[in-house]
Amino acid sequence: MKGFFATYLREFLLLKKRFIRVLISFSINPLLYIFAFGIGLGKNITIGGKSYLEFLIPGLISATSMMQAFAINVEINIARFYLKIFEEFQSSPISHFSYALGEVLSGVTRAFLATFIILVISFLAGVKFYLNFYFFLTVFLNAFVFASLGLASAMLIKSHADQALVTNFIITPMMFLGGTFFPTENLPFFIKPVIEALPLTITSHTLRSIALYNSFKYSSLFILLVIAIISFMIALYSIKGAKN
Amino acid sequence: MSKIALKVENLVKKYSSVVALKGISFEIKKKELFALLGPNGAGKTTTIRIIAGLTNPTSGKIYLFGKSLYDNPIWSKSQIGIVPQHINLDMELTVEENLLIHGLLYKLSLSLIKKRISELLELADLKERKNSKIKELSGGLKRRVLIIRALMHKPKLLLLDEPTVGLDPHIRRKIWSFIKNIQANGTTILLTTHYMEEAEYLADRVAFIFSGEIKAINTPKDFIKQLGNYAVDVYLSDKLKTFYFKEKKEAEKELLKYSKNHFVSLRRVTLEDAFLKYVEKNL
Ligand SMILES: Nc1ncnc2c1ncn2[C@@H]1O[C@H](COP(=O)(O)OP(=O)(O)OP(=O)(O)O)[C@@H](O)[C@H]1O
Ligand SMILES: [Mg+2]
Repeated sequence: MKGFFATYLREFLLLKKRFIRVLISFSINPLLYIFAFGIGLGKNITIGGKSYLEFLIPGLISATSMMQAFAINVEINIARFYLKIFEEFQSSPISHFSYALGEVLSGVTRAFLATFIILVISFLAGVKFYLNFYFFLTVFLNAFVFASLGLASAMLIKSHADQALVTNFIITPMMFLGGTFFPTENLPFFIKPVIEALPLTITSHTLRSIALYNSFKYSSLFILLVIAIISFMIALYSIKGAKN
Repeated sequence: MSKIALKVENLVKKYSSVVALKGISFEIKKKELFALLGPNGAGKTTTIRIIAGLTNPTSGKIYLFGKSLYDNPIWSKSQIGIVPQHINLDMELTVEENLLIHGLLYKLSLSLIKKRISELLELADLKERKNSKIKELSGGLKRRVLIIRALMHKPKLLLLDEPTVGLDPHIRRKIWSFIKNIQANGTTILLTTHYMEEAEYLADRVAFIFSGEIKAINTPKDFIKQLGNYAVDVYLSDKLKTFYFKEKKEAEKELLKYSKNHFVSLRRVTLEDAFLKYVEKNL
């Protein structure tokens, strides 16, 4: 178990070295979205009686925390295919569990950093909403799911080039459809149930419900928890397969 | 207590298109420096990677201090240190940070990590570079960091995969004495190389490995003795021919015979001669 700290610390130190760059890159996307969709497009649009900006922020937090957690795959790819540091982990006496936990928590850290940046920006933009412990727990679970999937995908692919494929075909579509930028009510009936079962959709609905109405369903959190555990198990399983 | 540190039995490794190891066996005694000497693609790295747990063999058994490697994977890994052929340090992190993370991976306490870092930096003459990023170091310094990283957890068995590849002769010698030092402190070492002088200078015993098979195991001295003590090189128009002699007198006679029409030289027999004999045999 102690070994997880080694993998976590490594990612943390790398993040720290690029802190300013990371901060800027984490801020640009939300700023663009808030400006383009929230202010440029949405001044007069309301959804369910709330301004579009109020509607957008929780979705943006869901999408961004997903993206940033999943993005640990980039770092892991570099470690595996370019620096070959992954071999350092493989030849050391730490369990797959410790290794995976360290990486996934580093993804969670990235997600929280991105979340705080959005919260600060929205606060400065004058958007008001509720925040409580469950809001952050939801972000945590969402990040945990996608960091696990990021790790799994980094282990399953055979080269760095395959990674873009996974991101383009799975993560990007989910980011747009997962109840983030527009409500899922209007989706065609045949894909609606699929979309609503996605962890990102559950996250954006929960975060929005807390932020706008200060209410949420425990069952949603429970489903997210189950998905998080399954994702982590997939990650563990895929580490075993990464040996050649 | 057995004297054997590592025992490898009938190791086979098949990749989809090639058989990298065709059933090799050898034993390394405690505190011994054992060298695998062979040309490119012989299977040296594959052997090291299997012992370090980086890849699984197709078949075969490995015992570390009498215990099966595969029944005790975590314990085995804690006993082994590996210096890979390819420099796999974290380029963006500092020397100290690289060593710190290694220490944590091997579950050392923070105070012990601190102590080991300062000891090893001293040993490797890297004290002033403690806070340099790896990418700012020269190739020779990177190699040294790579070696001391593997020593952080005081491994009982050190695997060195071509530790001096690509280094200039001066630095190479420095690393040699560094390795001798490590052995003198009680570490068993398995080294791979294709530099003959390196094996001759460092190794207690050498195994010649060719395309996945060990052809001979012996001490460098005995390998050399089998050929003789003196070698006469004769530079014929199309090739270099070498003759071997037990006695210096005979060697000098041969030297005189050829010296009228050819460049000739008399020297002592080296491990390279023994190796080349085996290469000829295995062509
Ligand atoms: N991952 C792999 N997939 C397929 N073949 C491989 C793989 N790794 C090694 N081989 C093959 O196995 C054989 C042995 O390779 P190995 O790297 O062990 O040689 P080596 O003795 O270390 O050579 P060198 O001196 O060049 O480092 C080679 O034919 C090599 O092409
Ligand atoms: Mg090699």
